This record gives sequence, C-alpha cells and structure tokens, in this order.
Amino acid sequence: MSEVSRREFIKVTTGIVGGIIGAVIGLPTVYYLIDPALREGAKEAWIPIGKLEHMEIGKPYPFSFTRVQVNGWERTSTSHGGFVTRNSEAPDDLFILNSKCTHLACTVNWSDNDQVYLCPCHDAKFGRQGEVLDGPPPRPLDRFDEFRVTEDGTLEIFYKEG
Amino acid sequence: MWKKIFDWLDERLGLNDIYKNLLDRPEPRGNWWNTLGSASLFLFVLQGLTGIFLTVYYTPSPDHAYDSIQYIMEGVAFGWLIRGIHHWGASLMVIVVFIHMLRVFVTASYKYPRELTWLIGVGLLLATIGMGFTGYLLPWNQRAYWATTVGTQIAGSVPFIGEFILKALRGGPDLSALTLQRFFSGHIWMIPAILAALIGVHLFLIIKHGESHFPTRED
Ligand code: HEM
Ligand code: FES
Repeated sequence: MSEVSRREFIKVTTGIVGGIIGAVIGLPTVYYLIDPALREGAKEAWIPIGKLEHMEIGKPYPFSFTRVQVNGWERTSTSHGGFVTRNSEAPDDLFILNSKCTHLACTVNWSDNDQVYLCPCHDAKFGRQGEVLDGPPPRPLDRFDEFRVTEDGTLEIFYKEG
Repeated sequence: MWKKIFDWLDERLGLNDIYKNLLDRPEPRGNWWNTLGSASLFLFVLQGLTGIFLTVYYTPSPDHAYDSIQYIMEGVAFGWLIRGIHHWGASLMVIVVFIHMLRVFVTASYKYPRELTWLIGVGLLLATIGMGFTGYLLPWNQRAYWATTVGTQIAGSVPFIGEFILKALRGGPDLSALTLQRFFSGHIWMIPAILAALIGVHLFLIIKHGESHFPTRED
C-alpha cells in the first residue's frame, strides 16, 4: 500500500465531505426551485349542474358554478354559468350555452318576455340558440359541448381551463 | 488536455499564486478554536445561498408574508429544508461568530498589529446581530410582530433621538407594511452588503498579518 501524506489525506477528505454536503443541499435545492413547474393543476373537471328532471323542455335552465384556482399561497375564484335548453325528452337532446357575453364578458340573462338573452352591458341580444340578434358581440354565445348524464339523472359538463 | 487549459488560465490569472497566497499560507500551531472564523465564513455563505433561495417564494407584504412561508413549509418540495437551514443557521451563526470573538479575546490576538481586524470584527458581530433582528420579523407571525414591536421600542428608549430612531426603524410611528418592507430590504440587501465588504477587509488583514501565535508564558 502506498503511503498517503497528511496533506493528500486532508485534501481528499475535504473534497469528499464538501462534495457530500454540496449534493445533500444542492439536489433538494434544484427540486425546490423547479417544483411549481412539475405540478399539474386541476385544470379540468366534470361539474354537476343539476337534475335533468328539473329542466323543463324548451325553457332555458340557468346554472352557475365557481372554480377556485390555487397558485402557491394565492387563491382566485372565478364564476361561470350558462343555460341548458332541452329540445325533447331524450336525455342527450339538449345544448348548453355559456352565459358569458362574447363581446366583453358580461353575464347574459334569459328574458322570458322577449324570448332572447339580454346582455346588460351594451344591450346585446342573442337568440335561444345563442345566435347574435342585435348589438356588438362578434360571434354567437359559446357552448359547453361535452356533457353527460349520470345514473341518478344529474347533468354534468366537462369544464376545461382557458 | 486539462493540464493545458489549466496552464493557459494560470499564466493569465496566476491561479497558482492566488492559491499559494490565500490557502497555502503558513499557519502557527493552533487548535480547533482557530477554525471558528472559517466556520463563520461558511455560515455566511450558507445563509446567503439559502436566503436567496427563500426569496424565490417569500413575499414581504403583510397580506402574503405569512402565507408564503406557510407555502414554503408545506407546499414546495424541500421548502422545509431550505428554510430550516436558514432558520437554524441564523442562530448558529450568531453563536459561532460570538465564540470566534471570545477566542480572539482569550488568545489576545486583537493586539498590535491586529487592532483593525478586531474593530472590523466588532462591526461584523453587530451586522450579524442586525441580520437576526431584521430576519426575525419577516415571517410576520405574532411572535415576530411583538418581538419587533418591543425591539424597536428598546431602540426608541435612547435619550433625545429615541423617538426618531423608532420611527426610522419602523418607517413610521407603528409597525406596518413599511416596517416589513424596510426590514426585508435591510435583511437581503443592505446588511449583507455591509457584511460582505467587512468580511473582505477582515480576510485581507488576516492574510496580510498571518495568524497570531498563541501567547506563551514569556508573553
Ligand atoms: C461574520 C463574522 C466573521 C467572520 C466571517 C470572520 C472570519 C474570520 C476568519 C476566517 C479568521 C481567520 C482565523 C480564525 O478563523 O480564527 C478571522 C480572524 C480574526 N477575527 Fe474574525 N470573523 C468574524 C467576526 C469577528 C468578530 C465579531 C471579531 C471580534 C470582535 C473578529 C476578530 C478577529 C480577529 C482579531 C482575527 C485575527 C485572529 C488571529 O490572527 O489569530 N472576527 N476571522
Ligand atoms: S359585454 Fe355584452 S354587449 Fe358588451
């Protein structure tokens, strides 16, 4: 066995101990820094909006829900809503409008008297299919296209962020 | 290959000379007490690194300070480790710096020609304590809030200018968002800058003078 000088020994030991300390602190630190990038937020979900039996055929049924988003220590909740219109008794013969006005995102209301959706902000009017009848909106009301009816007769929509 | 690169750099930077002068200095016979200055330096660097990493998530605002620390502790991977090191390292650093000073005192190393090293050391101790004082408020919990209320009151008991000192520390008559913000600024910018500068001069003087011998019976 070759002799190791005191100097060499100290050098090597310092290197090894330093390396271990560096790794023990360094690796967790990398994880710590990139952690938020590794998270999957709950960006999509099936959201129950009501029992099918409560929705009259041919009459828009209003619903609303809120989504809470947690980013670190900050929570933002956003409200969403819309109207379900059933065309017939068949459980999937329906369409769901988003009540967010396509002009500047105010919430539209169904007017039973006029049989149109009215936007309070700039007096837009939408027909029962969501088509623009009057006012500044550039396109018809958006739709929630993906929906399903659960076994107990609850209508659910698929909500996706963005 | 590596040797070539190293030689090229060495010729221009004088790496070997730097190494010889900084690290390969002759030392008098000493013991473990002589390592406490280096330990202080190590803790300073460690606090600096973990502190920088903490600012990635910490938010110095009364609305978010507490929650952001809660998030560091429970929400981020290894947040507890980074904060834990910074938290315990802070106390440890004060203790180690203090014992380092005691050893310099006991071995009478503060005498000619090292008076300046000692004086700068006093500044280092004060700055280290200042780091503890400003850092303690940052979590913005009850303990931090009241500790700083009392701490600034004590500073405010100085005759004549006490009132002014209190307001200057708090950024107004009461603890507020301004207090938190200026403590944060002091904690991450001003005092570390002072510490780094003082450490630089401290180390320069140590290298210039070399370490003192332990006093013998004759001294
Ligand atoms: C952040 C705080 C400090 C750091 C990083 C630091 C760093 C160092 C280092 C690396 C040494 C080399 C010798 C040794 O380790 O014993 C040293 C020596 C010395 N320190 Fe400090 N120091 C600090 C605080 C202080 C304080 C608070 C005092 C006294 C008030 C002080 C006074 C001295 C003196 C006089 C020497 C020369 C000792 C000798 O030559 O034997 N230092 N310091
Ligand atoms: S937002 Fe609805 S009409 Fe302008």
